Order: sequence, then structure tokens, then C-alpha cells
Amino acid sequence: MEIRPILSAMLRNKTGAVLIALQIAVTLAVVTNAAHIIKQRLDLIGRPTGLDVAHIFQVQSVDFAEHVSFRERVRADLELLRGLPGVRAATAIGSMPLSGGGSATEHYVEAGQDESRVAANYFTIDEQGLETLGVKLVAGRDFRPEDVDFYESTSGKLPASIIVTDVLAKRLFPNGNALGATVYDGLGQPQAIIGIVEHMHGSWVDAERVDEVVLRPQIYDGNFVRYAVRTEPGRRDEVMAVVEQKLTALDPQRVVRGVRSLEEIASDSYGADRAMAILLTTVIALLIAVTALGIVGLASFSVKSRTKQIGTRRAIGASRPDIIRYFMVENWLITTGGVALGSALAVALNLWLVRTFELPKLEIVYIPLGIAALWLLGLLAVLGPARRAASIAPAIATRTV
Amino acid sequence: MLHYYLKLALLSLRRNPILSALMVAAIGLGIGVCMTALTVYHLMSADPIAHKSDRVYAVQLDSWDVNAPFIDARPEQAPWELTWRDAMVLRESDIAARRAAMFISTFATRPEAEGISPSFVITRLTDSDFFSLFDVPFAFGSAWTREADQAERPVIVLSKEKNEEMFGGENSVGRKLLIGERYFEVVGVLDDWAPVPKVYDLNNGPFNDPEDVYIPFSLTETLEAESTGNVNCWKNEPIDSFADFLNSECVWIQYWVELDSPTQVEEYQAFLDNYAREQQRLGRFERPLNNRLTSARDWLDVRRVVQDDNRVLVGLAFMFLAVCLLNTVGLLLAKFAGKAPQISLRRALGASRGTTFLQHLVEIGMIGVAGGLLGLGLAVAGLAGVRLIIDDYERLARLDPFLVGVAILIALAASLIAGIYPTWRACSVPPAAHLKTQ
Repeated sequence: MEIRPILSAMLRNKTGAVLIALQIAVTLAVVTNAAHIIKQRLDLIGRPTGLDVAHIFQVQSVDFAEHVSFRERVRADLELLRGLPGVRAATAIGSMPLSGGGSATEHYVEAGQDESRVAANYFTIDEQGLETLGVKLVAGRDFRPEDVDFYESTSGKLPASIIVTDVLAKRLFPNGNALGATVYDGLGQPQAIIGIVEHMHGSWVDAERVDEVVLRPQIYDGNFVRYAVRTEPGRRDEVMAVVEQKLTALDPQRVVRGVRSLEEIASDSYGADRAMAILLTTVIALLIAVTALGIVGLASFSVKSRTKQIGTRRAIGASRPDIIRYFMVENWLITTGGVALGSALAVALNLWLVRTFELPKLEIVYIPLGIAALWLLGLLAVLGPARRAASIAPAIATRTV
Repeated sequence: MLHYYLKLALLSLRRNPILSALMVAAIGLGIGVCMTALTVYHLMSADPIAHKSDRVYAVQLDSWDVNAPFIDARPEQAPWELTWRDAMVLRESDIAARRAAMFISTFATRPEAEGISPSFVITRLTDSDFFSLFDVPFAFGSAWTREADQAERPVIVLSKEKNEEMFGGENSVGRKLLIGERYFEVVGVLDDWAPVPKVYDLNNGPFNDPEDVYIPFSLTETLEAESTGNVNCWKNEPIDSFADFLNSECVWIQYWVELDSPTQVEEYQAFLDNYAREQQRLGRFERPLNNRLTSARDWLDVRRVVQDDNRVLVGLAFMFLAVCLLNTVGLLLAKFAGKAPQISLRRALGASRGTTFLQHLVEIGMIGVAGGLLGLGLAVAGLAGVRLIIDDYERLARLDPFLVGVAILIALAASLIAGIYPTWRACSVPPAAHLKTQ
């Protein structure tokens, strides 16, 4: 291959080549790091939640004042919700999973022993809670109606039984004997673990231990209640559309609102991550477009300014493929120089990101992938100008000298 | 002369329309992306009470657990909020010209008149000084008085939006509103007001809208108003009633003071430290003394309102601009190299190197301005896109005039920087070489 003459021709007019190489270097650095961040965010958003996200929604009710019949109100509301056509299950729930709002408290394996405490996110639900959330019980039993009780909202009293996620069970009791064991709150009130669910995400999606969750058979008294409702597949929106009016009709002297699907709630919680992924994708796309246009522009110019030279080559025997190959090889050499520098730049940029923003380290596989992509991009971009060069007639060489 | 150069530049740009369009597009894209990232960053790190943010202070008391700091990763920090009992004591002090304790709660509400269905209101319970501390503008009426604070009078200030919804936007001062089980008298209606970020309460969404209504903090106990904002507790203590909660070590109240001089700041700091020492003697505040007064300006930094993601985006946006500029330099080189014969001719006919240089700078400046305008358009589109993607950024993704100026400046500077080398190269062509081959 005629690499040497191509190189020496490039060296005679190096500014253009250097500019393209620099562009490619910065592009590689940005694209690899951005792709890495995007992948990470998408992984985060795509994690299995353990919940039937697509078919759950919430609705809230607030009274003007606390009143004695509140418990009756909740019972009547739940009866109505469970009876709506298309509803599979409904529960009173303290806060929604994946919503960014919720409660956490310490759980002690040994009463009063600070070293044994584990903080965990908890949810208050009723006997249809597991069914509503769509979480899978893998050991023990579900809550029964007799487990569930009302508690004063300011009271620190606790139900006697809880269900925990498998991850939390193993953290609390590494020996695997969590089922049937007792944990305590800070004041020493016991709670027996009667069931273990396979997997479930809690309130805070950015928390490291998002899957360590406690479920309590508990409904808070007061003037505020939130319900979670799970519908049959495909009927969520239809039920959501009527629920506010149905509940209000039961008692107009209260406020019913906050009808939101879990899908929407979760999407809000991941909003920043999703936005970052979208914005970075846009940056990558624009960057690739700009770089490709740059290559096309410069290659076209170089073809134009070398018209006579190309004509001469053709006149003394170079074939069309030879000319195309010349420009392809030239471009490949420039790109290779660019990506060599770019690899170093990518690592440097990543180091800066890791150090300044505590982002995870770049997986090395992104660099060869990026290099391959830029090689391909370069060749595709130069193809057009190269073919135009190949179509220059040999006669040009003689015509204008 | 300038006019002539402009004409020449236009001619030259028209001669290579594709190359010119590519250059304008490259600069425009670079500017557009940069401006989008910068605008969000700029507004996020804005100081909404800039004219007095060095006089308004957030108060922190370290009442937290002796065994662990409030935030493990930032052990130097005290809790962001105060306990109820500490806030009640601080409210007694008159060292600060103005002071306000506050938290948010949610109530059901309904106006006295029939026909408007009940709704939720996000309510800020705060002291009368809140409005003057943060320069809150009123459309009708005014803040309630300190006397109303003390008398626990059921008075209420509505946001402009809530007044629109409840009373159709008219002057509702004197009208009544049911909040929970009690009627509240409207004393004021706010004008448009939405500080970005919401400096006075960064705990509950720094870019959220302000609350619907405001009522006196002193009513907390009577209303048994539970916080619907952040509540953090560390102590194992029996909490069986609202009174227990108020007396607990849970932190949930934001506290702000206005201190007009360094002497006052010192005096207030001494007051906080004395109070903490006194509490230490009573068995509370077991951690080392760490009471903090942070000006509103510094508070935004301390609370890390600007997210890392936005900084990363600004960084990457500028790298993107760099690529666009490298691109432009390359294209300009190509273009000017093609003009060598023309330049040679002009030089041979007597144009000095200086005037030729100037002539080409005008051409580049033109590309720069066109690129800048395109960039602005793209930034507007980009910001609309950002608003679409992120709901919270409704107030953040707006082009502001200062930034428009910055955009044009960056565009001009960038294109001149990108243009100087190619122009210099073009002008230093020896005229004879090109004239010979013509």
C-alpha cells in the first residue's frame, strides 16, 4: 500500500490534517464518556423494581378535620375501590414506592444494641398490599385482615408483624433464619418477620439500598389517607378516569385528588437521569454530525485543490479505485492519529469526571468501540469526496497547465 | 471602507454557499449547545435575593446525635433544620432585625362562598417577618403583623395563583377561607413571585413553585399542623402525641434571620453558642459546639443546589464548542486557501497586508454574527426541549437577556479566534507565486 507517499503528501499540508485529527480526538473523548454516562443512567432506570409498575395508581383523600368516623371512611373507600370494574386489588398505603417521599427508621436485631441496628425504608399497607404492589412472597405468609390495624398518626406504637424484602432479611440475619425472627424498634417494641418478599424497590430510587424494604400492616388515623390501586392489564387509565368522581360521590365533604399512575411517579423520580441520558445523546449525535461534516468539507476542498494532481495521476495510469483508495487511506491515517490522541484525552476527561463529580470510572471497552465508530465515520464521510475525485477525467491534467 | 468590506464579505460568502453554510452551522451549533447548558447552569446557581443575600442568614444548631454527624459524608455540617423547641427559643431573641421560623404543611381548603369545590393547599407556616426578609411582593393588602403572630390570629396570605383560583383574582383582602376546621381572614395577596432557586427552603425541592398560602407559625400547636416537608429524627424517644413530637429531637423547621452588621452577626453567633452551652448543661447538644450562620448567598453553595450533572453538561458543551471551532478553522483554511489567487491580485494592486487582514476579519465577523444568531435560535429550541424533558426546569430553562449578550460575545470571540490563523495564512501568501500561474 502506498502509505509513504500519502504520508509525505500530508506532511506538506499538515494543518488541515491536524485540525481534523484534533476534532476526532475531542469527539472520541466526549463520545466515550457521554456514552458511558448514558449507559449507566439507562441501567439505573431499567432496573427491575419488583412492582407491577404499569398497572398501579394512587389516589388521596383529605378531610377538613380529624373525625371519629375516619376508620369507617377508609373501610368504605376501600370497599368501593375494590368493587370497581377492572380493579384487581387496592390498599391503604402510607407513601408510594419510587416516589421520593417516604419514611425510614432503625430496626434492631438485638433490642437496644446500637451495633445491631439497620435503617430501612418502611411502608404501611393492609391485607391487600402485597397483591396491589405486585410483589412476590417467597417465604412465610401474607398479612391477614386481623393483622391490620389503625394507629394514631402521632403514635409511635407498632404492629406486631412485618414482611421484609429478601435482601433486607439477609442483611438483618446473615445466617438465613430471618423468617419467624424478631426485630425491635429504638424503644424495644418487637416486630416478628412473618413473610419475605422476593424483591421490591422502596421510596428513594437514588438510595444505594433502595431494595431494603419493610412492609407493615398498619393504617394511620387522621384526616389524610392514600390508596394504591392495581388494575387488570389494560384497564388502568379507564379506572383512573372515574376514581376521583366515585370517591367524591361517596362523601363530597372532603377533597379527593392526587390521582397519579405509578408509571408517572417513577418517571418523575428518574427525571434527572432520563434527562441526562437524552441531553447526552443529543450532544453525541450533534458532535458526530459536526465532525462528519468537517471531514466532508475538508476532503472536498482537498479534492478540489488537487484536481490537477489527480488528473495527472489518472493520466499516467492510476485507476479510479486507486484514487478512491488514496483518499480513504489518507483519511484513515488522519483518523488513526486522532483516535490515538483521543484515547488519552478520553481517559484524562474521565479522570477529571471521576475526581470532580465522583462519576464511575470509564469501562475500557468504550474506547475501542469509539475508535471503531470513528474509523467507520471517517471512511463514510470521505467516501463522497473520494468518489468525486475518482471521477476527475485524466484530460484535466493536460488542459490547464 | 467598512461598507466595502461588508460587500466583499457577502460576495465571498455567496461564492461558496455550502462552505459558508457549514461554517455558520458549526458555530451556531456550538453556541446553541453551550448556551442551553449555560442558561440552565446560570439560573440554577442564581441568587434570587442578590441585593440582600449577604444580610440574610440561615441558622443551624447542632442538636444531632453524639454518635454520628447529621450527614456522614459531611461531618462538619450541622442539621439543615431546627427542632421545634429550639426554634421557639430563638424566636424570643430580638438581636436580629427580622426573623422567621417556617415549615410546610398541607390542608384542605374552601372559600366561605358556595360553589367552589374544596381543594388541597400547600401551606407555609411562618412568622410575619418572612415577607420582608425575602422581599415578597404584594398585589393586595400586606403581611400580617407581629402582633398577629403573638395573638395567634387566624390570618392568611394567598399566592397570586391561589387567589385567582379561589376569588377569581380580585382583591380578596378581608374575605374568609376555611383551612382545616377554622376560618382564616385574608390579609394579603402576593404578586408574581417565584424565587429561583427557592432559597428559603431548599429541603423540599429547590426549584418547586412557592407555596399556595401562608399562615402564622404560632398556630402550629393549635392546628396540630404536621410537617409535610422534611422531618429528620435521630433519638429513640416515645412519641405518642403531637405534643411529644413538638418536644422531640426531630429537626424540621427552617430558620432565617436578617443581621445588618458584622457586630450583629457576632452578637447573634454568641447568642446561639450561649444557648447551646446552656442546653449542654441540661444534657442536650452533646456534639461539639457547631452553630452556624450562613448568608443566603453561601447557603446555595453549602446546600449544593447546582447539580453535578449540570456542571458535567457545561463542561461537555464547551468541548463541543471546541470541536465546532476546530471545524470552522479547517473550513476557513480551505476557503482562504482557495482565495489565494484573488488575494495575491489585490496585494499586487497595492492592498497592504493590514487591509487584506482587516477585510477578511470582517468576513469572519459576519460568519460569527450569523452563527451567533443561529446559535441563539438553537438555544431557544434547546431550552424548550429541556423544559419538555424535565418538568422541574420550567423556571430554569428560560433565556435571559444577559445570556443573549454573552452568546453573541462568545460567537464573535470564537469566530475571530478561529479566523485569525487562517486569515494570517492567507495574507502572508507571497503575491508573485499565484500571479505567475494564472
